[in-house]
Amino acid sequence: MNNTGQRSRFLITTTCFGLAFLYIPMVLLIVYSFNYSKLVPVWGGWSIRWYKVLFESEEIWEAVALSLKIATVNACFATLLGTLAGLALVRFGSFKGRTLFSGMITAPLVMPEVITGLSLLLLFITLKELTGWPDKRGFTTITIAHITFSMAYVAVIIQSRLAGMSLDLEEAAQDLGAKPFRVMIDITMPLIAPGMLAGWLLAFTLSLDDLIIASFVSGPGATTMPMLIYSRVRLGLRPDINALATIIIVVVAIGIILAGWIMFRQQKRRELELAMSSEEA
Amino acid sequence: MSNKANLADRPWMDPDVQPFIKLRGVSKHFGPFIAVDNVDLEIYKGELFSLLGGSGCGKTTLLRLLAGFETPSTGTIYIDGVDMTNVPPYERPVNMMFQSYALFPHMTVENNVAYGLKRDGIEKNEIKRRVGEMLAMVELTQFSKRKPHQLSGGQKQRVALARSLVKQPKVLLLDEPLGALDKRLRENTQFELMNIQEQLGVTFVVVTHDQEEAMTLSTRIAMMHNGRFMQIGTPTEIYEFPDSRLVANFIGSANMFEGRVTENGPDHIIVQCKEPECEFYIDHGFAIQEGTKVWTAIRPEKIKVSKTAPESVESNQLKGVIDDIGYLGKLSTYRVRVGDDTIIEITSPNLSRPRDGSLAHDWEDKIYLSWDPSSVVVLTK
Amino acid sequence: MIDADEIGSPVSADKNSSLKKRLLHALQHNWKSIVVFVPFFWLLLFFLAPFFIVLKISMAEPAIASPPFQPMFEWVDDGIVQIKLVFGNFAYLWEDDLYLNTYINSVKISGISTVICLLIGYPMAYAIVRASDTYKHILLMLIILPFWTSFLLRVYAWMGLLADQGTINSLLIYLGIIDDPIRLLYTPFAVYIGIVYTYLPFMILPLYANMEKLDASLREVAADLGAKPSTTFLTVTLPLTIPGIIAGSLLVFIPATGEFVIPDLLGGGNVLMIGRLLYNEFTANHDWPIASAVAIILLIVLVLPMMLYQRTQGKQVET
Repeated sequence: MNNTGQRSRFLITTTCFGLAFLYIPMVLLIVYSFNYSKLVPVWGGWSIRWYKVLFESEEIWEAVALSLKIATVNACFATLLGTLAGLALVRFGSFKGRTLFSGMITAPLVMPEVITGLSLLLLFITLKELTGWPDKRGFTTITIAHITFSMAYVAVIIQSRLAGMSLDLEEAAQDLGAKPFRVMIDITMPLIAPGMLAGWLLAFTLSLDDLIIASFVSGPGATTMPMLIYSRVRLGLRPDINALATIIIVVVAIGIILAGWIMFRQQKRRELELAMSSEEA
Repeated sequence: MSNKANLADRPWMDPDVQPFIKLRGVSKHFGPFIAVDNVDLEIYKGELFSLLGGSGCGKTTLLRLLAGFETPSTGTIYIDGVDMTNVPPYERPVNMMFQSYALFPHMTVENNVAYGLKRDGIEKNEIKRRVGEMLAMVELTQFSKRKPHQLSGGQKQRVALARSLVKQPKVLLLDEPLGALDKRLRENTQFELMNIQEQLGVTFVVVTHDQEEAMTLSTRIAMMHNGRFMQIGTPTEIYEFPDSRLVANFIGSANMFEGRVTENGPDHIIVQCKEPECEFYIDHGFAIQEGTKVWTAIRPEKIKVSKTAPESVESNQLKGVIDDIGYLGKLSTYRVRVGDDTIIEITSPNLSRPRDGSLAHDWEDKIYLSWDPSSVVVLTK
Repeated sequence: MIDADEIGSPVSADKNSSLKKRLLHALQHNWKSIVVFVPFFWLLLFFLAPFFIVLKISMAEPAIASPPFQPMFEWVDDGIVQIKLVFGNFAYLWEDDLYLNTYINSVKISGISTVICLLIGYPMAYAIVRASDTYKHILLMLIILPFWTSFLLRVYAWMGLLADQGTINSLLIYLGIIDDPIRLLYTPFAVYIGIVYTYLPFMILPLYANMEKLDASLREVAADLGAKPSTTFLTVTLPLTIPGIIAGSLLVFIPATGEFVIPDLLGGGNVLMIGRLLYNEFTANHDWPIASAVAIILLIVLVLPMMLYQRTQGKQVET
């Protein structure tokens, strides 16, 4: 028992250190957003002036709006395509070109972004030469690029969710008279719905956060939020960016806590119902 | 329960009746592995037919072939006279009750049961009526709005049963229906299943590895091993007249002796066994040549135990020493050492109450074993 | 899909509705192919094809034109196509020390960072698995939260910490430990911190997923058979977590090798990694053929780890 105590202490220490490592930079980010001084690390007193600067900047609002638009469209299509891909890979057995398909779906997960960005830009340029489209790079090209790598993430989530779902349910539905298409709609889809939601959120976040690929495939006049942030911070620290960061962190934190809370409550409710029903019988 | 000597109850004996389910030359290969090996089978309408065997014997594959989830590698499957070999499961008049129940977790009990009817395009009110009837039959009416995760194991099973019967299928397939239930629930459900089957007249095909279950439920049992049928017959036939050692050992237990046929008459056979030294006199004829090596099998409950030697008859008796005793309340099991090293298993009902709480026999007691000539089964394989 | 509505409706003589019916029928019949085809086609066009284009351009000559490379095929007078394949770009990369060093440097930095991530992330993942249910949820949320916030902003946060007038230096000066600020930003050290910081969740989550599935009773059995906790860990736990270690490591190593933002913002011009080099060749030098060649070489360097990752993922899904 002594050893367990020692080991737990080691684990706890490492975890605390790790969490501190993860969070201290973000906390400082937030703290300095309220710093009166323009030189970020130099403390000048509490102030919210940088939030005002942030809200008054049209540039920033445009970039945020563009990013949100791209992220939303991307999430929807990526979820659709990723779900189809996931279904095909798990439920359709072997089909022609399966290995190639499987490889193409896994590769974007690990591919360095500079390569994806470069290759897509070259594609768009070639397409423009051959067909005249896309004429101007911007919203459309960025969205297409994002969909391409987002769907890989969605596919992975859907695949793992499907793999955990026993075939029994789908067979039972067939046995009761449902054709395969019907089975997919009545049984498979509703049961992978949580996975699709998770995939949507993931695709949304990835898109919102992407810098490299957007930089490559974008064009004049289309600046996404990360592109804007990058162009500003590469020259030095900027407190209005701190303000923007704080807002993002707070929004995400609220979202995650909410999601965690809802899932926690759901689980507790299920456990209660399970206990109730076993007593009844 | 259903062993009346009436031809109506034994359609397989009636040459005029056509089988309801017919398999001809059916096999199923999974790559090099042969799960079902060229079987022929006939199941008659209204039967409660069990496929019995250990794991890997092919019974589940056979069931899935009947359901349509697998297509046979060779052979044909007929259901009610129609060739269903290549018909997909959603077009067969067959329904299945899954071992895991496979209840749709995102639908209520009501909707689970109604699902099959909706797929048939039946009118809403009709669906409501039939679902209500079914739920009443399985006594789950007050749970109709619940979801599967809010039900106990036994309740889930009844929903699965209701769901599979509501479409009034011609055949109901059941995959280890009682496996997940505890003993008491299992016994009750056994009788419920049989009642429902008699009431509705549906042909049941049950897969099980539990021989007691098979014996209680079935009109006939098919014993499977390595993808083939070892023996098909009524519970009595299988138990009292097994035609192989495999079958004899799978159902209940049997004491097996190896010997040679020394005498073969029109109304009797004598088999001599060397170890333990014993002569078996069987009181019916058997088409076998003298000198052939055979096995004789006797069920434990057919052997009589006595402290005193039986009347002077040379055959069908053994002398031994009690090696071990198991007291099970209503009966006792004895393991008796005979010959050099053979152990015979005997079960004896405890017919009388001992006066002082002592056992009828004790360890290391010298004991005489005897049995009727009709109790011996002769096996050639 | 045959609804109850459609059964019994009279066959319309209207051409439109029969076309619709035929389309619907075709859709039903071939729906599986459509399910596969749509994402497949998308990926072929927008993922695979671009690589071939990169390959093609890496073998072209640079030109002052838009786009800045010479076309591969050129029609000469009597209809004969002249194909210009230039391998000079690759030769150039090989000969110029800068590129070779940068590749090696990238792999080195990325490799070391992966190991650091593993050393920090493994105990953390283990701690989460062993935690009680409530703590487990909280800890997981805490690990996931940084993952969902902007990666760019988190790197930016470190700029604030590491700068000459940044938090760390200010703290050290305040405590009297040093008199002048230490150079932290725009050093390799900063890049290491940046990569570990960003990719740590990518290491923890696969490890956690792997460890979570392990049967706790295995540990108890080992203890029952007389193994000390350290022995149990080395002989039972550790080997079983190898798939998780591999998955997490690849998930860090492969993208980190091609990292751009971190060496740029935290390393300044001092830490050359291949991602930055590629970007510069492309945007600053407008030398697309070279940039493409750089990309191809990087792909070749990473193709083995990528295939390894695909293998481990494939196995996991099938189980």
